[in-house]
Amino acid sequence: MFKRTLIAAAIAVAYAAPAPAQDAELGRIRDEIRQMKDTYEKRIQDLEKRLSEAEAKAGKAEAAAGNAESAASKAEQTAAKAETAASSAANRTGEGAFNPAVSLILQGAYANTSQDPNRYRINGFIPSGGDVNPPKRNFGIAETELAIAANIDHYFRGVAILSVAPEGGMEAEEAYFQTLALPAGFGLKGGRFFSSVGYQNEQHQHAWDFQDAPLVYKAFLGNQLKQDGVQLKWVAPTDLLIELGGELSAGNNFPGSNRNKNGIGSGMLFANLGGDIDDSTAWRTGVSLLQAPSNSRSYTDTDVQGGAVTNTFQGNAKLIGLNGVLKWAPNGNPYYNNFKLQGEYFRLKQDGTLTYNDSAGSAVFNSVTGALQTDQSGYYLQGAWQFYPQWRVGYRYDRLNYGTVNNGIVSGGLGPVAADFPLLASYSPTRNTVMLDWSPSEFSRFRLQFASDKARLGATDNQIFLQYIYSLGAHGAHKF
Amino acid sequence: MKNILKLLTLLGGWLAMQPALAALNVMACEPEWGALSRELGGDKVSIYVATTALQDPHHIEARPSLIARARSADLMVCTGAELEVGWMPLLQTQSGNPKIQLGQPGYFEAAPNVLMLEIPARLDRSMGDVHPQGNPHVHMDPRNVAKIAAALSERMAVLDPAEAEYYRARAKSFNERWQQAIARWEKEAAPLKGLPLVVYHKDMSYFIAWLGLREVGSLEPKPGVPPTTSHLSELLDRLAKTPAKVVIRSAYNDPRAGEWLAERAKIPSVVVPYTVGGSDQAKDLFSLFDDTIARLLPTAK
Repeated sequence: MFKRTLIAAAIAVAYAAPAPAQDAELGRIRDEIRQMKDTYEKRIQDLEKRLSEAEAKAGKAEAAAGNAESAASKAEQTAAKAETAASSAANRTGEGAFNPAVSLILQGAYANTSQDPNRYRINGFIPSGGDVNPPKRNFGIAETELAIAANIDHYFRGVAILSVAPEGGMEAEEAYFQTLALPAGFGLKGGRFFSSVGYQNEQHQHAWDFQDAPLVYKAFLGNQLKQDGVQLKWVAPTDLLIELGGELSAGNNFPGSNRNKNGIGSGMLFANLGGDIDDSTAWRTGVSLLQAPSNSRSYTDTDVQGGAVTNTFQGNAKLIGLNGVLKWAPNGNPYYNNFKLQGEYFRLKQDGTLTYNDSAGSAVFNSVTGALQTDQSGYYLQGAWQFYPQWRVGYRYDRLNYGTVNNGIVSGGLGPVAADFPLLASYSPTRNTVMLDWSPSEFSRFRLQFASDKARLGATDNQIFLQYIYSLGAHGAHKF
Repeated sequence: MKNILKLLTLLGGWLAMQPALAALNVMACEPEWGALSRELGGDKVSIYVATTALQDPHHIEARPSLIARARSADLMVCTGAELEVGWMPLLQTQSGNPKIQLGQPGYFEAAPNVLMLEIPARLDRSMGDVHPQGNPHVHMDPRNVAKIAAALSERMAVLDPAEAEYYRARAKSFNERWQQAIARWEKEAAPLKGLPLVVYHKDMSYFIAWLGLREVGSLEPKPGVPPTTSHLSELLDRLAKTPAKVVIRSAYNDPRAGEWLAERAKIPSVVVPYTVGGSDQAKDLFSLFDDTIARLLPTAK
C-alpha cells in the first residue's frame, strides 16, 4: 500500500504536477526515488554482469546479443513494475501461501561388515527391541524422512516427521504439537516425540555425528526413545539456561512395554543447564530420570540345544541419564573450524520377574518364572573436529558395563541354566569408531566410518560404512 | 517427585522476588541492530546482542545461552529475510516466550521495511544459499537504517507505551544526526563512484548500490559456498579483462582466498567491518560507515 502511494507520488513528481506537498515531504520523496533508482541501477548492473559472464563462457556473440536484449527488456520491465518486484516475495497469494515448511531427508550407505548384520546382538543385555542392527551389507538406503512443520495458529505449532522404511511401510517417527503462547517460560508438547531423556535422543539421525547410535542407546533406549505422551518444560528467566521438565507417556517402548492399561505408563523428569564460557565456547549438561513399568516385554533367545526360547520380563525399569556437550569454535564462528565434545552415561535398573518359555522349541521346561534384578550401565564419549571448511573427523568410544544381573531362574535352580540365557552371558561390550565427513553444503553430507564393534561375545565386527545424507526443501534449524 | 516440586516452588518464589529490570529487554540478533536499539532506546532498554561481528550471521547455532536470553526478551530485533532461519525458529520454540513469536509485536524484522536487492527470479538450491525475499544484508545502506529506525522506534513505543515520547524524541534526534551523516558520507565517498571491486560474499551489496560502486565478482562461487581454487582462477582470468581495484571481505570471512587473489591481481585486499564491532574503529553505526568509507577511499586513487 505504502509502495503504491510511493509510485503514485513518484509519477506526480516526474510529471511536475503542482502537488501542494511540503518541502520536507518532497525531499523525502526525492530521496526515495533516488534510492529506488540506485536500487534498479544495481539490479541492471547485476543483470549485465551475469550477461558478461554468460558471454565469456559461451563465447557466442549472437546468442549473447539476443540475451542482452531480453535481459535489458527484463530490466526495464522490472524497473517499470517497481511495486510488484519489491513486494513479490512478501505477498504470496492463493492457497499455497499457507503451505507448511516441507523437507525431505534422503540417506543411504554402502556397508561392509565382517559379521552378519542380521544376527547382530549386544551380549550381556536384554535386547531393547529397537532398530539397532547395522545397515544391511552392500548398497542400501536408510529411512527416508519427510518433515512437515508449521505454526497451526497463534497458540500451537505442529510438526510431523514421517519415515519411510527401505523395505516399505511408513511410520510416524514424530508427530506432535507444541504450544507457542504459554506464559512464564512454559512449553507443552504432545503427541509422539523423541524423549528428552538424553542429549542425542532429541536429535534426528541425520544430524548425528556418526552413522549409528551409541551402544548405550542401542542397549537402553532401543536406538532412540520415542514416547507417545506429553512433555512439559519450563525455562528459568536466568542468563544461565535452566530447563526443567517432565514427560508422561504410554511408555510403549523399551525400557517400558505396551501394557494395554489405563493410567500413565511411564514418567520422566529432566533438567538441563547450559551457557557460554566465552565467545568461543558453549556448553550444556543434563540429567534425567525415567521410570517405566512393563508387563509383557519379550525377547527371543536360544537354549543349549539350539531351540527357540521366549523370555518375558514383567516389572519396573529405572533409567538414570547424565549428559554433557561442549562446543568450541574460534570467536564462536563455526564456519571454518569447530570442535564438539559429547558424552552420555546411562544406568538401567530393572526389577521384576522373568518368564522362560521354550514350549515352541525344545519344550523341556515349558514355562518357568523367576525373579530378575539387573543393574547395568554404559557410556560413550565422542569428539568431532572440523579441521577445514566442510571437512570433519570424529572419534567415538563406547562401553557397556555388565554390572550385576541376578537371574532367579538360574540361581534358584528352577531348571534352565546360565547357558540357556546366552544373551545374558556376563559380558561388557565396547566399540571404537572413527569417521571422516565432507559436507559440500548445508544440505549434503558424505561420511566414511570405520568401527570395531565388540557388541557380540567373542566376535569382533569390523564395519565400514560409506554414507550419504541429503536434505531437500526447507532449511531446517538444528538443535544445539 | 515431591522434593522436586518443593524445589520448583522455592525457585519460583525467589524469582518472583527479583526486582524488575529495565523497562524493555531487547535481544538483537546482530550487532547492527544492537547498536540501533541503543540509539533509539537509550537507557530505557537493556540490550543483549546475540552475535558478534566475527561470527558469520548465516551460521549461528541456537546455543543454550541464546535460548536463556530469548526467554526474557520483550523485543527481538532481527534482520529477517531468512538470515536467521537456522537458529531463530529454535529460540522461538524452545524459549517458552510467547512475546517473540512470529506475528507478535515483540518480534521485529528489519528487512520488510526496505526495498530488497537481489530478489532471485528463480529459487533453487543449486544457486547456493539464496534468500527468497532477497539479499538480507540491508543495513549497509544508511538510508535503509533510517527507515528501519523509524519502524523500530514505533515498535518500542508500542511495547513500552509509558516511554513512547522518549523513544520518539530519540528517533527524531537520531534521524537528524543520521541524515546529516548520510549527506557527509555521500560527499566523502564521491570518489568511490564506479570503483570496481571484488567481494567475498554478497553482504556489501546495499553499500555498493548506495554509493554506486561496481561489483565485478565474488570470491564465493555461489552465495554461501566457500571459495574454490577453480573459481578463484576463473575470477583471476576475468579480472585480466575487467580489472578490479580492490578485494574486500568482512571481518568474519577467512582472509586466505582474498589475499590469494589480491596478490595475483596486484590489487589491495581490504577488510571492511561489515557491522558494529567488525573493526576497532566501528564502535557504533556512525563510525561503522565512517570506517568503511575510510578503508575504501585509498583504493579509489
